[in-house]
Amino acid sequence: MTIEFAIIGAGPAGMAAAVLAAELGLETVLIDEQGSPGGQVYRGIERSQPGSLLGTDYLAGRPLAAALRASRADYRPRATLWHVDPDGTLYLSTEGRTEMLRARRVLLATGAFERPVPIPGWTLPGVMGAGAAQILLKSADLVPEGRAVLAGQGPLLYLLATQLARAGAPPIALFETAPLENYLGSMRHLEVLWPGRRMLIKGLGLIIAVKRAGIPIRRGVRGLRAIGRQSLERIAWEGGALAADHLFLHEGVIPNVQVSLALQLRHEWDEEQLCWRPSLDEWGRTSLPDIAVAGDGGGIYGAEAAALSGRLAALDAASQLGHIGETERDRRAAPIRAALDRERALRPFLDRLYRPARSVLVPAEDEVVACRCEEVSVGQIRRAARLGASGPNQLKAFTRCGMGPCQGRICGAVVSAVIADTVGESVAEIGTYRPRAPFKPITVGALADLDTGESEQETAEASSHAAPHPPADAGPSLSPQAGRGSMPPIPLAPLVRSGLG
Amino acid sequence: MFRPRLDGPAATVPVVLEGRTVRVPFGASAAAAVLVAGFRSIRETPVGGSERAPYCMMGICFDCLAEIDGVPNRQSCMVEARPGMQIRRQIRARRIDPAPR
Repeated sequence: MTIEFAIIGAGPAGMAAAVLAAELGLETVLIDEQGSPGGQVYRGIERSQPGSLLGTDYLAGRPLAAALRASRADYRPRATLWHVDPDGTLYLSTEGRTEMLRARRVLLATGAFERPVPIPGWTLPGVMGAGAAQILLKSADLVPEGRAVLAGQGPLLYLLATQLARAGAPPIALFETAPLENYLGSMRHLEVLWPGRRMLIKGLGLIIAVKRAGIPIRRGVRGLRAIGRQSLERIAWEGGALAADHLFLHEGVIPNVQVSLALQLRHEWDEEQLCWRPSLDEWGRTSLPDIAVAGDGGGIYGAEAAALSGRLAALDAASQLGHIGETERDRRAAPIRAALDRERALRPFLDRLYRPARSVLVPAEDEVVACRCEEVSVGQIRRAARLGASGPNQLKAFTRCGMGPCQGRICGAVVSAVIADTVGESVAEIGTYRPRAPFKPITVGALADLDTGESEQETAEASSHAAPHPPADAGPSLSPQAGRGSMPPIPLAPLVRSGLG
Repeated sequence: MFRPRLDGPAATVPVVLEGRTVRVPFGASAAAAVLVAGFRSIRETPVGGSERAPYCMMGICFDCLAEIDGVPNRQSCMVEARPGMQIRRQIRARRIDPAPR
């Protein structure tokens, strides 16, 4: 089955793109892993009530979700994308059922996730992302029991502190880790103060709200450690220690590039945002003709900008597929682009103000776990780099780092930075992992049940032509890749048809 | 450990955790259920046997792997709790049992 436009991810970018694309007459499918729309920023938005303790910025997601429900777009919740071919063939798993779907154009709106914060003891139960704690509040009204400490930097940390206080579970302390030079660095962008005044006032309001709630704020915290035997017992830093049951860490968010990297889209290392991002043009087009990216998966600009970039991508798709002309596309895009420029204007200031300390990307302590899955330490990565592991993909062969179930999502940025630091090259030169299908675990049974959308006869013909053993060129797509160079993605469809999947 | 907030909706969804029935709020994931039920951890790692609890709650970190309704290695933060759902902690690598006849 071939449809016109497939969107991956039902956060602000995906929802906005789906609504506009359907309105413009595109046959649109919106695929999302969760049970209800909203992504992470608007998680659980449909169960929210007016006056929610989560605040007005959160409630801004309600009209988007309502518009999606009212639109003709085919919204498919609980659908996991586990592979995509460069031609737009999608491989989905929906509650145990697998299927293929061919789309003429694909929009990746896979969003962002919290930058992992590798400190000593961060694998202990009791330590989690601040965003993770917020997801528990948004999705199920759950709050931490016992003494909670928030540590890191960025608006989300202050927002969560106020939300938890309103929910009757205020944290016992908020530790800010922003290096002092950030304040000086951000002063170079003072020209944003006026255009960005609305956001800045909001930020100041959050800090005041935290102080009013009586939550102690400690600034300039360095050398943070989580300590405990089987779970978190206390937190220590340079000059102090505190007993705690929860530590919620936050050092900003980074684009989720797992699918765009697997597609081998052109990516670049963003030295301002300290993350990998796909190279995009002003419509969100990538280095592959039929694949575009919208929202924070293409760089961190926030939820409002994400929705705007989703609309631009939908207009471009409508134009490419002949539903509207280029003039019409450009006319409709002009006000969206102007709003997007306003949203993005404050970003250099924020990126500088909330720039993570160097230790977040290159932990000083050798014993810090970098790869949580395979339990590989920063020291082991340094040793392997000195022994000649020249990049993240080669490091796998040395240490198994990045070969566990998360497939390098958590350790990716740290691994590239630690190798770069050890061998004295730039992160851009070192590169990053080349993730492979399946993006998420699927059972062999689910794979065997895959409906390729072909008749029995066609399948039988394909099988009779297939070699009895895997063809030699099937190797690279199925085995981990060593070395920096990597093979082009190999379409999975022929392998599945010939029974090799 | 997590708890429902005081003036929040009641915990109404019964799930079975390691054989014990626990009620969780509507909208909670299987991973959230484990945190509410008071378990210290949700899994023990295959490499070092260390205890882990969910870290990201959004399908990224795979530290919430658990056995759900008999299927091991599920990302429990991505599975919504449903009445009667059987959740077990994942101890080290998943077992490969002989296929049922």
